[in-house]
Amino acid sequence: MSISHAPPGSPSPDISGISKSFAPNAEGVSGPDLQPVVPVSSRRARVPRWLRRTSGPLLLLVLWQLLSATGVLTADVLASPERIAQVGRDLISDGSLPSAMGTSLRRVAFGLLFGTVIGTGLALVSGLFRIGEDLVDAPVQMLRTVPFVGLIPLFIIWFGIGEAPKTAIITLGVTFPLYLNVYAGIRGVDTQLIEAGESLGLSRWGLVRHVVLPGALPGALTGLRYSLGVAWLALVFAEQVNADSGIGFLRVQAREFLRTDVIVVCLIVYAFLGLLADFIVRSLERLLLQWRPTFTGR
Amino acid sequence: MATDVHRPVTPTVTQAVRVEGLSRTFDGRAVIDDLRLDIAPGEFVALLGRSGCGKSTLLRILAGLDRDIKGTALVPRRRAVAFQAPRLMPWKKVWRNVLLGLPGKPERARAERTLDEVGLGHRAGAWPKTLSGGEAQRASLARALVREPDLLLLDEPFGALDALTRIKAQHLVAEVWQRRGCAVLLVTHDVEEAVLLADRVLVMDDGRIAHEQHVGLDRPRDITDPRFAELRAGLLRRLGVDTA
Repeated sequence: MSISHAPPGSPSPDISGISKSFAPNAEGVSGPDLQPVVPVSSRRARVPRWLRRTSGPLLLLVLWQLLSATGVLTADVLASPERIAQVGRDLISDGSLPSAMGTSLRRVAFGLLFGTVIGTGLALVSGLFRIGEDLVDAPVQMLRTVPFVGLIPLFIIWFGIGEAPKTAIITLGVTFPLYLNVYAGIRGVDTQLIEAGESLGLSRWGLVRHVVLPGALPGALTGLRYSLGVAWLALVFAEQVNADSGIGFLRVQAREFLRTDVIVVCLIVYAFLGLLADFIVRSLERLLLQWRPTFTGR
Repeated sequence: MATDVHRPVTPTVTQAVRVEGLSRTFDGRAVIDDLRLDIAPGEFVALLGRSGCGKSTLLRILAGLDRDIKGTALVPRRRAVAFQAPRLMPWKKVWRNVLLGLPGKPERARAERTLDEVGLGHRAGAWPKTLSGGEAQRASLARALVREPDLLLLDEPFGALDALTRIKAQHLVAEVWQRRGCAVLLVTHDVEEAVLLADRVLVMDDGRIAHEQHVGLDRPRDITDPRFAELRAGLLRRLGVDTA
């Protein structure tokens, strides 16, 4: 007499039954619906990114030109792109734009120079010396809250209507962002590094030169970048008052004669100069901050 | 308590470190309290203790970084520190970091010689931020060694390293110490590391040296040696950890 463990009507040996249940689409067991994972590259459009990115502004330009050509956008509201290009060429060829740019650039350069010297100098005094901080920081923080543009009338009374008030207003605008960032940079230097420098026997001046100043440099460059932005803004304000040369003067004159084309050319020049300044600071950063692995401005 | 001194330390007048009656208080709380410590020239001393027992404070005092003290602390003029974090100036290339603070205008070759000694000669011209953790710690060690210190202070220098790098770094320190013959004070919380490297292990508690253990094992030491395990267990008991 024998006892069978398998059910009598078993159609196949047990083992194949198990393996079958794991096989896809086995009888009685329905597997999940499978779908292919489509590689992302095969779905992406073939148009390169730079082309897609430039097509937006180009479309806008075409629309602008269309609106101007059909007369929806009249010349005294906004000149057509074609006209602006024409005027730009004329202004360059008759020398008025280059000379205006030269004048404005000189103002910004001087303002930037003085502002950098004053802002950085004050930041060094209050960043490096406790007594300097007590004496300098509070007044600077107070003055910082005064909108510098509001000082234009005062500057005109003090300095007249020549170059001096214009340079002064740019200097003022540039000084504060630089001061704040250099000061914060100095105070933000890792105390562990300063301690390490001390343990290496660095003198006070050695610490400043080898640890504090290089450590404050990233902040200082951020300040410089910010200052450049403010410098152009200050230039616009400064040249709106009693200017007889420079880009601002061109703009004011154009306003008198409703020359929207000249105004737009001036705006383009501002944008171009701003980009140029940014490029210069970025090159400086590339040069001075090459030790930073986070640096991605390549 | 073991009294067998493997490396005969002759009782000379000159000590590498002489500390007597040293106290340091933080807001009225004594972190170091009437501490006494002598380290002989060329001696390797490890300082163990629970965190917050004042061992790092003692090292900072000996380094001259904390001078708000009472009592006597005599240390060699030529001393150098390697911290737990490498503390390299990120804006100076490795070789300039090594030479930083040296008097005069030392040449790059001098830095390279020391970097070679710690096996980092090929990275002399690299920026510190491109180094791995172990490499940065070796650069930090080279920066300490280039000063040719009579006293080398190590503040948990292997604490932040991974296990494998740590073993290599420990061997390197042992090697360098044997070649240079400077006194070393190693602050650590790793008992095994202390027994592996030191001539004498001190346990600090309540702001003073609570226990002293001479390690008389031959070098290089074998951590599987039963005597090693015994020393280790004994010290752990002293630190309040029962392994049994």
